[in-house]
This record gives sequence, structure tokens and C-alpha cells, in this order.
Amino acid sequence: MPIIMIIYYVITAYIVGMLIWNFVKEKKNIDDMILYLVILVPLVLRLLRVK
Amino acid sequence: MSRTWTIKIILIIIFIAIMIQSGVQFYMHRHYQLEHLAGPGVTRVEKLSKYCKGLEGTMADTHVFWLEGKEEGGKMLMIANTHSNEPAALLTALIFLENAVIEKGTLIIIPQFNNSGSRGTRPGDGYPLYFEIPTEWGSKKFRMGNRDATPLEQWPDPDVYIHYPDKQLLSYLDIRNTNRTWPGRPNGALMEKVTFAAMEILRNEKVDLALDVHGAETMFPVTNCIVAPERSVRIATMATLVVKAREGFDNHVEPSPQGFRGLSHREIADFSDSLPFLLEAPIPFLDQPTGPKTEKLLLDGKDPFLLSLSKQQKLFVPYDETGWPMEKRVGQHCSVIQEIANQFSRKNAERAILIKNVPRYADVVTNGVGFYFHDPAKWTKDKIYLN
Ligand SMILES: [Zn+2]
Repeated sequence: MPIIMIIYYVITAYIVGMLIWNFVKEKKNIDDMILYLVILVPLVLRLLRVK
Repeated sequence: MSRTWTIKIILIIIFIAIMIQSGVQFYMHRHYQLEHLAGPGVTRVEKLSKYCKGLEGTMADTHVFWLEGKEEGGKMLMIANTHSNEPAALLTALIFLENAVIEKGTLIIIPQFNNSGSRGTRPGDGYPLYFEIPTEWGSKKFRMGNRDATPLEQWPDPDVYIHYPDKQLLSYLDIRNTNRTWPGRPNGALMEKVTFAAMEILRNEKVDLALDVHGAETMFPVTNCIVAPERSVRIATMATLVVKAREGFDNHVEPSPQGFRGLSHREIADFSDSLPFLLEAPIPFLDQPTGPKTEKLLLDGKDPFLLSLSKQQKLFVPYDETGWPMEKRVGQHCSVIQEIANQFSRKNAERAILIKNVPRYADVVTNGVGFYFHDPAKWTKDKIYLN
């Protein structure tokens, strides 16, 4: 795997981590919770390398 | 458990369910195999990776069918599904594949040129995943693909796509578009390998005619036409005049632009001795201002918004209540392809390409596309190729 791909995966994992953290921290706003989950979908699929 | 966490867990469950359900649908679509029935004209079948080793074992590899006549003559390459969301091309290629008998010369068919593109979709545009063509023995089901190869095969995209060898700057997306990556290179991006392999066939096999079959929006000026570089213009013009006079449908010639790189007709003309032609038939489904992108719209081309635009003369093709059905588009391609071969053969008797047993425009319009597809259940098993 070329170095650029490894960097992309690291960035993806980082954003996934941040989104999960935001989701856990969110206390009231259900719209925001849904938003975090929606954004998570493609990133999780990329991390899992689902084709 | 707090109320917030109850809501969160419910949301997580809903999202996992959506992810699994849609993931399974996309997986099934990506791995759905279409049956290619090799007809009486097929003499050998190869993989494209034979011409560029870098394609081996990837989803970009695809079948190359050779239909060699008893008598030697010229050679014609037909490429379909360069853009896998323009399915009239694939249907035309399969009609030739299943039915054509070659009396002289050779016909080479690549039905799914951008194989990767045909295994993706455009969910943001709400494309149907499949479409079905009714036949006498049931219906034949096809994958509806996307214009570009999927990022699953070729990723990441560059910020700007620098065309090889011209260094022209193109949209980042076009590095996955097999009508922008010509003439390609053996060590480039995957789609550059795909077009490079086709260039190798054209150069090594001394192919006379190279036909790239497409579809284009009714609101786009380059539609219902043959795009041809300078040296192909004469044959293209003769073909359009003959189909207009004998078969009554419009088709015009568009010059291949000099300064726009990566297009098949441009680069094949500049990097090989073949005569390239790019065939466009209208496809209302691809126009932006239409109703929902349904399978029905894809097949019958009927749309109320386009109809109203047509009355305001905003379209580049005639359009009325009858829409622009698939039979007409496939019929046009069948006739234009045969006419290009005819016109070439008339002037080059030694290199003639004589194709028999393929329907023309009126036949396809009358009988429908499915009429020319055979029942795989009654076909010799080792003559069925999955792609
Ligand atoms: Zn196209």
C-alpha cells in the first residue's frame, strides 16, 4: 500500500474517532446525533474496506 | 439508562440496519454477473489484461471477443460501456455478439470497456441498480452502472488530473473516466491501463476502424451524431447521409476538437493508424431537468419536463410524446455501425469488413431489443461468458 493511502486511512480513522466522540458527548440535540451517524457511514465502510 | 442514551442506542441500531441493508444491495449489484452469449461469429475470447498486464486480477479487466471471418480483410474494434450509464451501447454490442456472422474481415467487441464503472452506481442521483429488457423467453437483467470507474478500484483521486502525455489539466474526476484517459500508459492509473490496452490492440493488430459507442443528453449539442477527427470525417459523413436517406433517421457529424485531450476519437487518431468514430444516441435519462431517474425513464425516454423544454426549443434533438425509446437508440447504433463498415469497405476492397445477420434500425424498432437476445438456458454452456 503506498504511503499516501496509509495517510488517508489514518485521517479517516481520526475523523471517525472525532465523530464518535462528538456523538457520545452530545446530550440534547437529536438532529446533531443523526448528523454524526450519517457522516460516519462512508468513513466506517472505508475503514472496514467493504467493497 | 438515561433518556439520551436510550435515544442514542435506538439511532445506532437504525443506522446499522440501514448500513447493512444498503451495503448488501450494493454488494449484490457489484458482483452481479451478466451473461454474454458468444454467437456463431465468435472465434476466440480474450481478456483485456492480455494487452496490459497491470489489469490482471483487477475489476477493470474485461472480455474481448474476436469475430473472425473465413476470408481475411480489415479489422473493426467496437467498444461499448466506456460510460456504463449509457446502456444503449452495451445492448448494441450484445446484439452484434450474439448474432453477427462475419463474411470477411474481423470484428473485435469489448462489451463492458469500463468494467469497474459498470459495477458502481450514482446513489446521489437515485439511479436504479438494474434494468430489464423483455425478451421472448423472459427478461434479461443488466447492471446499471456509472459514468466513471468506482473509487473502490482507483483511489484516491488527484486534486487535478494531469493528462498523459499532453499534460493538459482536467477535472479530478476524469481520471476515472475512460473517455478522458486515452491514450493511456502501462504504468499509470488503472483507467489509463484500460485505454492503453485498447491502444495496444489497435496498434498491434493493425485495426482499421475504432468505434466507441455512447449516449448523450438531449440538451447537449453533441448528441445524435458521430464525432470524428479529420481523417474519419469523410466516412462518417457518408454514413450519416446514407442512414438519413435510406432509413429516415437524423444523425450528423461533429468534428473531434483539437485542443481537448484524453478523448477516444482524439487520441486514437493521434496515436494510432486506426480511423476512430464516437457514436452518440440521445439518452433523456441523463438530462438534468427530468423527473425521477427510474428504469422506465431509462427505457422509454419519456419525460414531461423534457417535453416542455422541447416546445421551447431547448433540446438538440426532436422530442415528442413518444419520448426516445431504447429500441430507437439501439437501432440507430446498429445501423450507423454497419454503415461505417460499409462505407469503409467500398473504398478499401482488400480490407473490407462484411458483417451479416445484424438487424438495422427499422428491425430493432419493430421487434424490440430483447428479440435479438437468446435464452441462456438453451445456449451451449461453454459459450456463455460472465461479466
Ligand atoms: Zn458517453
